[in-house]
Amino acid sequence: MMLGFMWSDLWEVLLLQKYNTRLVVVCTILLGISAGLAGSFLLLRKRSLMSDTLSHACLPGIGLMFIMVTLAGGNGKSLSLLLLGATITGLLGVIMVTAIRNTSRIKDDAAMGIVLSVFFGLGIVMLSLAQTMGGAAAGLESFIYGKTASMVSQDLHYLLWITGATLILCIALQKEFSLICFDENFARSLAWPVHFLDMVMMGLVVAVTVVGLQAVGLILIIAFMIIPAASARFWTEKYRYMWMLAGMIGGVSGWFGASVSALLPRMPAGAVIVLVSGVAFLFSMFFGTARGVLKIKSRQSRMRKKIGRQHLLRAVYEVLEREENGTNSPIALDLLTNKRSWSPKEFTKLVSQAKREDHLEPVSGNRLQLSESGFAEAARYTRNHRLWELYLIRFADVATRHVDRDADHVEHVLGPELVRQLEIELDQTAHGIDLPDSPHASIGEYSI
Amino acid sequence: MSVPTHPPSVPLAIDDLTVAYNEKPVLWDIDLDIPEGKLVGIVGPNGAGKSTLIKACLDLVPRASGRVMIYGEEYKKNRRMVGYVPQRESVDWDFPVSALDVVAMGTYGKIGWCKPVGKKYKQQAMEALDRVGLADYAGRQISQLSGGQQQRVFLARALAQDAQLYFMDEPFAAVDAATERAIVTLLHELKDQGKTCLVVHHDLATVNEYFDWLILLNLRVVKAGPTHEVFTAENLKATYGGTLSALAEAGEALKQTKGAITS
Repeated sequence: MMLGFMWSDLWEVLLLQKYNTRLVVVCTILLGISAGLAGSFLLLRKRSLMSDTLSHACLPGIGLMFIMVTLAGGNGKSLSLLLLGATITGLLGVIMVTAIRNTSRIKDDAAMGIVLSVFFGLGIVMLSLAQTMGGAAAGLESFIYGKTASMVSQDLHYLLWITGATLILCIALQKEFSLICFDENFARSLAWPVHFLDMVMMGLVVAVTVVGLQAVGLILIIAFMIIPAASARFWTEKYRYMWMLAGMIGGVSGWFGASVSALLPRMPAGAVIVLVSGVAFLFSMFFGTARGVLKIKSRQSRMRKKIGRQHLLRAVYEVLEREENGTNSPIALDLLTNKRSWSPKEFTKLVSQAKREDHLEPVSGNRLQLSESGFAEAARYTRNHRLWELYLIRFADVATRHVDRDADHVEHVLGPELVRQLEIELDQTAHGIDLPDSPHASIGEYSI
Repeated sequence: MSVPTHPPSVPLAIDDLTVAYNEKPVLWDIDLDIPEGKLVGIVGPNGAGKSTLIKACLDLVPRASGRVMIYGEEYKKNRRMVGYVPQRESVDWDFPVSALDVVAMGTYGKIGWCKPVGKKYKQQAMEALDRVGLADYAGRQISQLSGGQQQRVFLARALAQDAQLYFMDEPFAAVDAATERAIVTLLHELKDQGKTCLVVHHDLATVNEYFDWLILLNLRVVKAGPTHEVFTAENLKATYGGTLSALAEAGEALKQTKGAITS
């Protein structure tokens, strides 16, 4: 009964039917989208941690602005003024990281660590000072952990503008952004203004961070930037899909996370949203169709199969050469198992795989025989293998960088002239193989 | 002191170029006039400033002094006439783009701001990929290409720039035989079209075969000129100094060259 009630409630919140949660949910969706978009370029530019430095550097600006405005007799909690203060010190923090990196030998990560902690410390001091100025400062610490309940229509207003601007800039400048992310020097040699483009990109990040501070807090905002982009990368090999997907993952996480937190008493939305996107990340990491863990595992197992196949066929061919004068006929299994360090289990697997691929004829008892196509494949593998071996021996000084064992036709890599020379040598040592034309279409599968 | 003028037919003229990193000069008083339509090798020991020379020409590193003229004008003015092949290791090949996307970057200068890569430019990029023999790999994500193929993608990108003067930073580094041949063929095609290529190279054994002009570099220009005049034991010794292995390598290369000439 209780659970049923919860579900229908959640449904209402998700569909934005509840008046008191509508604003918050819409705001976090917009924040998720814009952070996902800006974050994907940040990730590709390898500046993920910059957004963390930036958000921490915002805190002293908030405290300082509150103190200054209050002392001047104004309303210290004016959102636009606080965010202005945050922007100023946030940018200052980013500039200081760049300055430290450029003027000293200190590396990026250390520079960011220094600026992040010092600015955050300064921010805490400022907030403490602000507390001594009376009760008006009470809500300021919500900038640290985030408090969606404190969001007002002004936040929505800012977020709409920023999401729009982010979308337009990402679409208009995707070519330029991806160029400086991939190859900064090439971009500069083409005279693209790399610094200017970097500033636009960082400007977007600053804007999204500052506006998102209230909702999710400065500690968690980095998750909004990075997690959707990192998750999207598992699903695609193309940046133009990656940033769109990152925006979508960010938006959905914001939507779902804020809705769930709205139903649970005293549950901060920022944290729930980060957990939701964390789940999205884990899911993407395993099941991503482009470079998910499972995908990579299956690629590796295909590779192992291929190597196993080549080893088996070559071993069979070499036995045939020795025992049967190189004609295709049934051979005893134990002749094979002696040739390599196959365990019985591995060997059975290889044989049944080769049967499935039509490389082996079904023969009863402890014997096996290559099929016609299997024989041709085996001859080809063996010949290629020997040519490469010989090549490595003959041209040991230059050879390693030219070896491509995967190449279907050695000629494509080494050139027909050299291959002929190698073949003559092979023939002289009685290791030559007359390569029959493979009747099997599968040859094309490996050709380059 | 009067600044020498260079006729616009000189693809690359360098006067009095000095480059320093952290107050340590890495290139001293470089003076060079590169003739048009030559394949120019830049050879020298590690740390001789070969890459820096290229980067200084492309305004990628600040110059402490000196001037670089491209076809008689500052680089800023004539940068459209210049193509650049950076070192392969200089970028992250895990980046989410296809081979065609990378090659298309060579046309970005012509496309201009904010416009997507149109059909015409995709076609140009495709043609460039075809010239390096990778047309079948256009859609491949770049991390799935072999090292040699990645190098050829970089070359194709430079071809798509459709330049007059090419700077190539170690295009032959760690590539397979097919790629090496493809690059050599390409260099000769470019030369036949009257284009000039400056190539940082480290394999002394192939210098004579690949380049008709040579710059021996070790913080300064030791010697520059037609390969058959410059590529001598004496000059190599002056370039590589006392380092034994380098000298042995150079001697070996010279021996091979002599053998090739006499046979």
